[in-house]
Amino acid sequence: MTAVDSVAAPQPKVGVRPRAASRRERWVRRLPLLPALIYTVVVTQIPFVVTLWYSFQNYFWDQPGGAHFTGLSNYRTVFTNASFRGSLVRSVVMTASAVIVAMLLGVAFAILLDRKFFGRGVVRTLIITPFLVMPAAAALVWAVPMLDPNFGLLNYLLAPFGVHHVAWLSVHALGSVIVVMIWQWTPFMTLIVLAGLQSQPPDTLEAAKVDGAGALATFRELTLPHLRPYIELGILLGSIYLVNTFDAVRLMTNGGPGTATTNLPFFLYQEVNNAFDVGGAAAAGVVTVFLTIIVATFALRMFARVFQFEEASG
Amino acid sequence: MTAITVRRGPRRLRELPGKIGWAVLAWAVAIAFFIPVLWMVITAFKPESAAETWPPKFVFTPTLAEFRLAVTGMGPFLLHSVLATVGSTILVLLLGVPAAYALSVHPVGRWRDGLFFFISTKMLPIVAAIGPLYVIALHTHLLDSIWLLVILYTAMNLPLAVWMIRSFMLEVPKELLEAARLDGAGRLREIGGVILPIISPGLVSTALICVIFAWNELFLAINLTVTNAATLPMFLISSVPQEGLFIAHLCAAATIASVPVIIVGWIAQRSLVRGLSMGAIK
Repeated sequence: MTAVDSVAAPQPKVGVRPRAASRRERWVRRLPLLPALIYTVVVTQIPFVVTLWYSFQNYFWDQPGGAHFTGLSNYRTVFTNASFRGSLVRSVVMTASAVIVAMLLGVAFAILLDRKFFGRGVVRTLIITPFLVMPAAAALVWAVPMLDPNFGLLNYLLAPFGVHHVAWLSVHALGSVIVVMIWQWTPFMTLIVLAGLQSQPPDTLEAAKVDGAGALATFRELTLPHLRPYIELGILLGSIYLVNTFDAVRLMTNGGPGTATTNLPFFLYQEVNNAFDVGGAAAAGVVTVFLTIIVATFALRMFARVFQFEEASG
Repeated sequence: MTAITVRRGPRRLRELPGKIGWAVLAWAVAIAFFIPVLWMVITAFKPESAAETWPPKFVFTPTLAEFRLAVTGMGPFLLHSVLATVGSTILVLLLGVPAAYALSVHPVGRWRDGLFFFISTKMLPIVAAIGPLYVIALHTHLLDSIWLLVILYTAMNLPLAVWMIRSFMLEVPKELLEAARLDGAGRLREIGGVILPIISPGLVSTALICVIFAWNELFLAINLTVTNAATLPMFLISSVPQEGLFIAHLCAAATIASVPVIIVGWIAQRSLVRGLSMGAIK
């Protein structure tokens, strides 16, 4: 059964198969689900319906007269708007590079943590901590105490390597923001990959060792294929969260210098808060949602596959 | 790598240098990774004059002055954060437990569609609807109120909680449920008497995950609240003045704001993976 089928045509899992359910029984089953379902539909879907409506309206906060219909003009503006396209591209670049590097580091850290050594628990705790730091706090602590050109710790630590008072947030703004994203999300990847490593049956590895397989060959031939669903899950979930990155952009660079770090969330934030353009922001939002749905369709298929894998093995 | 097996000699002794090397490497990586957090906490104990120096000072007389300063004025923000976090987490559990039950123990017909509907809402970028959300909040008189944050944080965490609680419910032994049914227990007694006691550690870790995300949220708070419901992340922003020295002050405020969730996360680290993978990984 392919992942697509499993989403489109759900089949009850063996063991929890509902018995031939009467009409009443069906409602008794449905009842506990309804509050959460209705709540989620109302709170998460209505704003998007309203967004769709506003995307066809001319509406600025700061102008009297309220909203009026303008047809597709907001969409024309969005598609001809270079800063929207720019922020879209930067969102993709930031999310992809942060997720990939965080995953590579996560795999490395997980391999380190998969062995027994002195103080492993403490090391694990230290490594997960960046994920727990409030993102706003992390952004501000990186922006000033760490990266300040005059007092920042990073310049001090890099001084022996010939780095002198670099103004990171002006010269390497995009890179700096991505570094903070990586720093906060590597622990997440580490934990997921580590769970994968620890779920590996030890006798398989032992057998490979007895057969004289080298560590590298064992990793490539056995461990990596086993880790694949975990890596996919980490990339998928990491992307879902990281594509919405706002705190680091707002608090480290405010989207700048110029628009060097303006990603989609920050662009939309500016449209509403500085340009007061509800209609324009709504049209940009609708385009964003459409693009997200395309990506999410693939993501959901992937999730269904991983999910099935876990249900089957767990 | 260290997997080269040496046949002769006591194996433990042979592997010792490799083991030490491994530990040293792991510790070095962890400490390097932890430096920004450590630096935040160290700087928070500095007097302001010792925070803005070149080279950075590592030896200084620690002071609580900046903590004291940061705490004054933090009160309302702290209160709003606690109310929004606790309120939304309770609501998430009230809605999530029955929903997870209906998707696992006695599943509804299209339970898989239900599950994937919840997760698909996590993929919709809330940023896309921020303007209209503001307008809706304005018209419903919820703008700048704690209730608005409670409502939105609940929607934000509910999918995660449903997936997670469901994964715990699936682990309740079928025999126990069967036994309760033979005793004539109805659905409510089945939930209250059998399932909830067994999954209560799972509920605690679900709640902790929800607390982490709600406590740290900034985007919705900054767009939809001003003073009556402004939360701790917004307090942090306000602790950066337009001019003057502020590094130690900022670090003190950042430390106070971050510590509760760091501790919660440390306590919950065993179940962190499960929560973050929405129950997919045990």
